[in-house]
Amino acid sequence: MPDERIPFATHADQTVLGADEIILNMGPQHPSTHGVLRVKLRLDGEKVIGSECVIGYLHRGVEKIAEHRTYTQFAPYVDRMDYVAAVSNGLGYCEAVEKLLGAEAPPRARVIRTILTEMQRIASHLFWLGTHALDIGALTPLFYCLREREEILKIFEKYCGARLTTHAFRIGGLQYEAYDELEKDVERFCTPFDKRVDEYESLLTENRIWVGRTKGVGILTAKEAIDYGASGPVLRASGVKWDIRKAMPYAAYDQYKFEIPTGKNGDTYDRYIVRMEEMRQSRLICLQAIENIPAGPIMGKVGKVLKPPPGEVYHSIEAPKGELGYYIISDGTTQPYRVRIRPPSLINLEAFDKMIRGHLVADVVAIIGTLDIVLGEVDR
Amino acid sequence: MLDHIVFYFFAALAVVSAILVVTRRNVVQSAIFLITALLATAGIFLQLHAEFLFIVQVILYAGGIMVLFVFVIMLINMDVSLHQVQFNRQWWLGLLLALVLGAEFTVAIAIGRSHLSFGEPAPASALEPSTQLVGKVLFSEYMLPFEIASILLLVAMIGAVVMAKKKI
Amino acid sequence: MLMNVLHFVISIWVPLVCALIIVAVLPLVAGYIVLMERKVMADMQARLGPMRVGPHGLLQPIADALKLLIKEDIIPDEADKAIFWFAPLISVTAAMLAMSALAIGPWFQIADLNVGLLFVVGISALGIFGIVLGGWSSNSHYSLLGALRSAAQLVSYETAAGMAIVGGLLLAGTLSTREIIQAQNDYGVWFAIAAPVGFFVYLVASIAETNRAPFDLPEAESELVAGYMTEYSGFRWALYFLAEYTNMVVVASIATTLFLGGWLRPFAGTPAFNFLDYLPSVLMLGIGGYCFYRAPKQPVKVQSLFMVAVGLLMILAAIILAAPLIPAVSNLLPGLKPGLHGAFWFLLKVGLYIYLFMWLRFTFPRYRFDQLMRLGWQFLIPLSIVNVMGIGLALVLHRHWGWGHLPAFGLTTLLTLAVAAWLGWAEEKKDKVHVFVGET
Repeated sequence: MPDERIPFATHADQTVLGADEIILNMGPQHPSTHGVLRVKLRLDGEKVIGSECVIGYLHRGVEKIAEHRTYTQFAPYVDRMDYVAAVSNGLGYCEAVEKLLGAEAPPRARVIRTILTEMQRIASHLFWLGTHALDIGALTPLFYCLREREEILKIFEKYCGARLTTHAFRIGGLQYEAYDELEKDVERFCTPFDKRVDEYESLLTENRIWVGRTKGVGILTAKEAIDYGASGPVLRASGVKWDIRKAMPYAAYDQYKFEIPTGKNGDTYDRYIVRMEEMRQSRLICLQAIENIPAGPIMGKVGKVLKPPPGEVYHSIEAPKGELGYYIISDGTTQPYRVRIRPPSLINLEAFDKMIRGHLVADVVAIIGTLDIVLGEVDR
Repeated sequence: MLDHIVFYFFAALAVVSAILVVTRRNVVQSAIFLITALLATAGIFLQLHAEFLFIVQVILYAGGIMVLFVFVIMLINMDVSLHQVQFNRQWWLGLLLALVLGAEFTVAIAIGRSHLSFGEPAPASALEPSTQLVGKVLFSEYMLPFEIASILLLVAMIGAVVMAKKKI
Repeated sequence: MLMNVLHFVISIWVPLVCALIIVAVLPLVAGYIVLMERKVMADMQARLGPMRVGPHGLLQPIADALKLLIKEDIIPDEADKAIFWFAPLISVTAAMLAMSALAIGPWFQIADLNVGLLFVVGISALGIFGIVLGGWSSNSHYSLLGALRSAAQLVSYETAAGMAIVGGLLLAGTLSTREIIQAQNDYGVWFAIAAPVGFFVYLVASIAETNRAPFDLPEAESELVAGYMTEYSGFRWALYFLAEYTNMVVVASIATTLFLGGWLRPFAGTPAFNFLDYLPSVLMLGIGGYCFYRAPKQPVKVQSLFMVAVGLLMILAAIILAAPLIPAVSNLLPGLKPGLHGAFWFLLKVGLYIYLFMWLRFTFPRYRFDQLMRLGWQFLIPLSIVNVMGIGLALVLHRHWGWGHLPAFGLTTLLTLAVAAWLGWAEEKKDKVHVFVGET
């Protein structure tokens, strides 16, 4: 397949009437790039004919740090990657190390992990919806979404003491027992949540302006999505029914019934619909889970000092942004030899160039928003 | 007396603006002074109680044509022409012609002054509201020229669209 | 000679006072419209809005104005200083000048021009120069592009707004603002009800005219350029902002005058609805009562006192508004009732129109520029032209063929709505094909 990416050095042989093409720089500081992302655009008038994303402004060397920390010490670092959905990061890492150790979290821990992770998925999607709508110009959904997200963050704070970078899970299970009203709080959140999602949908889904701004924008066909390695809602909106929670179940997902929403066209509108439906499905999972939390210990049989046998493991979970994978190589010591993190945002961002070609400059913010990237994860 | 003050104010404004239009170096400033000159003319119309002409002058000339002028000025790179050497070698010929023309006018007016007579201007309230007058006349007696002018504008618009579009 | 001068002075003191009030009061009013917008925005977003500066944030505009006045005046390096200085003035002057032909009540008008409505439309169109020159003189590529886009949008929607106004003018038969309202009085029904499609077209076009959402791409923050106002800081920016909000008031006043009956109370001609005359006082009393009810529940003592003061003010306003309804007072000052009540109804309608602007701003996302232009040229302009033809047809039916008001206007409204539906369907169909897909 010919490489479609035109490097920036070539001259303008694609413009019409010999008009000059502009190179526009949406610099690292920009209200809509959701972090420190730099996008260089080649424009023919208003039409984008090429783009290049420059990343690395938030690179903190997380993977290198991992080589000098013990497994337990490294766990808080992963929260800081996708800081919008910290609980999922922790889940992936803990399960990966558990796989390496050959240990298993007890059933009670698994169920509570599932509940918290699904609540975090809802929170992450709510934040995505608010900021995406704000970029496209709808000022109000942001505040409604943040109002809902506030309830979830309160639950997290009651559980583990932190709202954002939670470090909720430990390798082998949980440290904190579920507090007394956890089930009641989750139920109190989930019960009216369906109507809230209906409220957001009433503002956006049928709105002609919203549809006009998102339908047909940033199309990624199923084949292209698979070729680019996209995952998560980006992949599912293109029509590929692939969700790691169903394909390779982890935590307690195999016990619950839920649907995998998929889209048809792979445009921004479909990604919006897919994420809205995912919020509803997450709520169903939470409601099913709190009905029956098994009793028992919350910590599995892992020693105080973690020394996994030499070997390597790759474990991936379905984070809100996509497939979040941890590839850990252990050399038998207490510190990992290598931790490689597969960031879903970065891999989804690779498809940005394909999606933006031929669209107008005003669609750039829509497409960056719909990819739902978090720069902490892209740069690590 | 107020009439005279207002008239001389607008007239002075128009003349000064017109002179400034042709003497400014900066093209945008020329355009602004042209707008001022047009607005001053509109003011004179208003002072003559021809309100419709006043507002049409504002809307069409100042608000339409001058906006077009300003657009074009801003979209075209004017730096090229600013740095070109401006030469003025036949200034003596221009001066001679201007003097000859001025002399002709002076002689003509001096001789024929006694034959000029202005009647008493009708008081402004003698006219019907000018909008209705213009409307009635435009759509009855001058219908054909009006339609021809419309078609001319339509042709110009279509021509502009054809030239600017990349493909039909 | 002295008598002449005296006569002359007396004949112009009313317009002078009105002009003075407009120039002095309008900036303050515009500032408080900004506060109202922030409070309405907050209310729709489940929060409170400015609460700290003054009781319930009422001193916020004053604080903002002071801050903007004392800010450093930054002028870009290569900018044309004269035009940079001049451009905001053009916008503000055009906006305020447009207020001069509008009648806020039967008493309050600077000049009853023969061509009043056309004057307002034409002068507010001069505000485009303020935008274009401001964007150009900032010597920034992106400011210029934003300014030209904004100006292109304004020019496009001006046509649609103008044709919608023509539709209303056909019904009124005159351009003078006073006589238009008189014509609505004679008709017995507001022109918005007789020509609803025209009113709707004017509503949409006026939102685009004032660069408000959903048509505010040229000045949106999350887009690439902040538009023509980027390089303006401090008080110059405040002038642009003032011009924008004054434009909103102007546009709302035009709509009120032409479509919503101006200073007429609803059902002005029908004696059966005379009880509506008490509505202004009842409204004020209601607000005052609500203030008294909420006063004890305020968290801070100052706010409680403030609520009580506002309540008392409302009761005073109610008394003032009820005064003309007492026969003794109305015999003494016959002009009091139309003056006060007229002003009240006019301001109420303008306020509701502006509230509608704000409501739409916080509900809808933003149109992309090409969609915006397409909406203006391919939907609104044809629709407004059809609307003019429809109203002409209705008038012919009514005046020459003797049809009643309702059948004639009902028929043409239905026809125009059918055309609107067809236009909308055609646009949707084209929209699906209109996808730019790059090289695949």
